[in-house]
Amino acid sequence: MVTTKHDYDDIPGTYVFDFDKSHDGYHLNMFCMSLLKAENRKAFLADEAGYLQQFPMTQEQRQAVMDRDWLRMIQLGGNIYYTSKIGATDGRSFQYIAGKMCGMSQEDYAKMMLNGGRPADGNRSKSEWEGEKANG
Amino acid sequence: MAKILAGVGTSHVPAIGAAIDLGKTQEPYWQPIFAGYEKSKQWLKEVDPDVVILVYNDHATAFALDVVPTFALGIADEYQPADEGWGPRPVPVVKGHSELSRHLGTSLIFDHFDMTIVNEMAVDHGLTVPLSLMCGQPEAWPFKVVPLCVNVVQYPPPTGARCFDLGKAIRKAVEAFDEDLKVVIFGTGGMSHQLHGERAGMINREWDNKFLDDLSADPQRLTQIPHVEYIRETGAEGVETVMWLIMRGALNEQVEEVHRHYHVPGSNTAVGHIILENR
Repeated sequence: MVTTKHDYDDIPGTYVFDFDKSHDGYHLNMFCMSLLKAENRKAFLADEAGYLQQFPMTQEQRQAVMDRDWLRMIQLGGNIYYTSKIGATDGRSFQYIAGKMCGMSQEDYAKMMLNGGRPADGNRSKSEWEGEKANG
Repeated sequence: MAKILAGVGTSHVPAIGAAIDLGKTQEPYWQPIFAGYEKSKQWLKEVDPDVVILVYNDHATAFALDVVPTFALGIADEYQPADEGWGPRPVPVVKGHSELSRHLGTSLIFDHFDMTIVNEMAVDHGLTVPLSLMCGQPEAWPFKVVPLCVNVVQYPPPTGARCFDLGKAIRKAVEAFDEDLKVVIFGTGGMSHQLHGERAGMINREWDNKFLDDLSADPQRLTQIPHVEYIRETGAEGVETVMWLIMRGALNEQVEEVHRHYHVPGSNTAVGHIILENR
């Protein structure tokens, strides 16, 4: 396995959706795409495990979907514009998902945004994060 | 002859569309965002363009990951507002200017821009939210639209320099079109935002405003910004601001900034907006 280094590897808490991610996450994302149709949303919610079997995803990806582990889905190749369709299927707001990914409640995340968002200072480089903690 | 008169930069946050559609524009959270577009709506009415070339990106709606075109040009007579999972937005059908689109496609390809040509595509919030912000809620959109859809979802998007050069080629093509048309070009998306990962919620007001300054003061600097700088400084999804450089490339070297608006937050995003007139 060839590991290519990227100039964005040092950016913390960020999973750039490059061709490697797109390749590994393809079936996970195409499952999400299927949720654009109302009848598919219904079928998925009625039998999640069965519905997911239609897509040749890894078992780990399927588990992350069923656990609604939003960060894990991203780490396994999910793209946020796709995985957010699962959130929409659940009737969750985008800020709920965003909060979950950075370990914050929806209320605290919304408050952070109202206060101007997460600053760039302290969040540019992995070396700035102690124990993988985002600077809010 | 057709002529590009001005450029508009604007964010296209989906929640802004929902706020309009649900009648929430006067709520305290949303009011400051919409207030910044009041002057813009008046300005656009006065300019009264025949066609808007609308540069935007699709968000896993018309295009999925099976095929990802870098630059996709619509040449259809009309484009339906897409169902993004909650039913289509209650906005008018988008009428195309197919003749101008076809002329642009031909001209751009002979100018070495290998465009993907699209005969049918639904248009999502990336295209319809800018229309709503700039036109309000009319019965029909007051101009025809040439949609230019750019991949900014799967890395790498086209470079800023390439976007700027495409803008220049668009201008050349428009000016060679043999019909008197008033054209305005929109560059949409951005500004700073990160929607995923533990760093979600990133905003960089200072960086964004320097970008807005240099659209008129030093656009050449903007064309040299590497993707990694957008990602690091403005959030991973902030890289979509490169689309504004297509708009900027289509304008004169000298432009006048006639309006600017910047507000945080629009949901998860810094809402940025600018109007540039050719000088």
